[in-house]
Amino acid sequence: MKLHEHQAKTIFADAGIPVPDSRLATTVDEALDAVDEIGYPAAIKAQVHVGGRGKAGGIKIATDREEAEQYAEEILGMDLKGYTVDSVLVEAGVDFVDELYVGVTMDRGAGEPVLMVSTEGGVNIEEVAEENPDAIAREHVDPAFGLHPYQARKVVYEAGVDADVALDVASILTTLYDLYEENDASEIEVNPVMITGDRDVIAADAVMNIDEDALFRHPDLEDLAEESYEDDLERKAGEYGFDYVRLSGNVGIIGNGAGLVMTTLDLVDYYGGAPANFLDIGGGAKAERVTQALDMVFSDENVDAVVFNIFGGITRGDEVAKGINEALEQFDEIPKKVVVRLAGTNAEEGMEILNTDLVEVEKTLEDAVQRAVKNAEEVTQ
Amino acid sequence: MSIFVDDDTRVVVQGITGGEGKFHAGQMIEYGTNVVAGAVPGKGGQEVDGVPVYDTVDEAVEEENADASVIFVPPAFAGDAIFESLDTDLDLAVAITEGIPTQDMAKVNKRLSETDTRLIGPNCPGIITPGEAKLGILPGNIFSDGNVGLVSRSGTLTYQVVDNLTERGLGQSTAIGIGGDPIIGTSFIDALEAFEADPDTDAVVMCGEIGGEDEEQAARFIGEHMDTPVAGFIAGRTAPPGKRMGHAGAIVSGSGTGTAQSKIDALNDAGVPVGDTPEEVADHVEDFL
Repeated sequence: MKLHEHQAKTIFADAGIPVPDSRLATTVDEALDAVDEIGYPAAIKAQVHVGGRGKAGGIKIATDREEAEQYAEEILGMDLKGYTVDSVLVEAGVDFVDELYVGVTMDRGAGEPVLMVSTEGGVNIEEVAEENPDAIAREHVDPAFGLHPYQARKVVYEAGVDADVALDVASILTTLYDLYEENDASEIEVNPVMITGDRDVIAADAVMNIDEDALFRHPDLEDLAEESYEDDLERKAGEYGFDYVRLSGNVGIIGNGAGLVMTTLDLVDYYGGAPANFLDIGGGAKAERVTQALDMVFSDENVDAVVFNIFGGITRGDEVAKGINEALEQFDEIPKKVVVRLAGTNAEEGMEILNTDLVEVEKTLEDAVQRAVKNAEEVTQ
Repeated sequence: MSIFVDDDTRVVVQGITGGEGKFHAGQMIEYGTNVVAGAVPGKGGQEVDGVPVYDTVDEAVEEENADASVIFVPPAFAGDAIFESLDTDLDLAVAITEGIPTQDMAKVNKRLSETDTRLIGPNCPGIITPGEAKLGILPGNIFSDGNVGLVSRSGTLTYQVVDNLTERGLGQSTAIGIGGDPIIGTSFIDALEAFEADPDTDAVVMCGEIGGEDEEQAARFIGEHMDTPVAGFIAGRTAPPGKRMGHAGAIVSGSGTGTAQSKIDALNDAGVPVGDTPEEVADHVEDFL
């Protein structure tokens, strides 16, 4: 789960990390009130979960009120890589002489958190990692002991941060690790940390992602997640509790188990179609879940045809079949053709129960996918 | 022959009194698994399907000589349950639970490096040696005994591939789901190494998916250390970057590491044919044997 910049900065500020003065605004008037209080220059920053906001035109620096109004108008409501901007962070401009990168993330290969510091801040750090990996200093943290403060100092010195600000940067890094641990973050990143002419150290951006599996012990963060859905269908999937990812194709996909659902998407692509979504109904799904899953794919206006693929382990084919019948009997006319393939536990019983007036049935995964792709083609022709 | 589990394995089920634990303990017993005990704090002295329940894993070991555990404990308590298995020096712990916080698993992983216990999972369907023992939730009826080893990050994808194999009369020596989380115990390499050493495994299927670099490392291992032929499958070719595809570990990073293509290329470089469909994986195995 990704937090917005302003949410992460509130958490940073509460923990004592210096951040620029800022206000959140959802209208142009609010943005102007904010710059009146903050002064110039002021950054107007789109609050969407999109990397490279600056390059895409989602961050502008206003030097007077006229510019502030113009930029707020431009950015609020704009489409940024497919996401509509509903709010902007209006933030005091920082007069910096240097930019650093600092971050904490899980090194999944090592199974340990890792601190990262680079003096090449302010640019795409993934490109730095690719082209000049030595420009990023790294320090692994033993998750059982937690961070020893010397480790933060060590990695900051190793990165070549100027000596007069090194301890301040190390102190920020130590606090970031504490926040990482306290909040079950999967990733925290500040790019850039700005160094001013007066040698102040300020966190000018903030990325904070939370481990969704740990939200049960962070109810406060769960509330923030509510605010951070950016797509109505993804919001709906969140309410239903489905693992769901929206894609741009027209073949809707429902299945059980992440690997098999991914495989079904891949096969749709392999047979010349385009997957509209990833939707895993999980193990042991019964009629109600099936109804909700069908509601999800039918609600996606891009979907022209649906493939429903279940390999039952815990999930029982007869239960799924009943669910499909019940869900589809509610319609006077089935909105989109549904191809069903059931295998595994009680699959044969399920196949017999399925109402073939409502759905098409195939025995193998390959056949089911090919038929759904063909159904989708027929709609678009 | 087989790897990691057989009909001598003595199993304690942690969480045997919960809904899933009870159901699957029953299924394991029905399959012929030697389930000797349950362990649930506060439920010591009870019985589930004739299996005695103890308050601690330690008691289950002392009283019933359990040497392996299967963990059906909710995510909030599962890290603790795995620690209990590790600290009791079991030979094997199989963690089925999905949704354990990653930072809990980082601590588990640290302890794992200090013990001799093998951990399979978490977020996995478990392990089965057909005809002998199953520890987990795999549907026993689709497996048949034979000489094909299978290791996979996904449950239902395993069932799909096993079904394709079984239908052609290609039985399995042992099948392991290693789990879809970012931090797991047994890796592809651990399983491949064991299959290579098993005289009765004549071919191996490895099903990977997007995210991380385990498949790439496994490919290098196959190229350098394996004579047993391996066929591969990689799920997630169509996954967009930055999105978690169901499994917590199934995510292509923004910088483009963890892609299906990188894994397929690595496997091909190691001489491993990768099927475009599960059916093609079975074709490759048939060619090997």
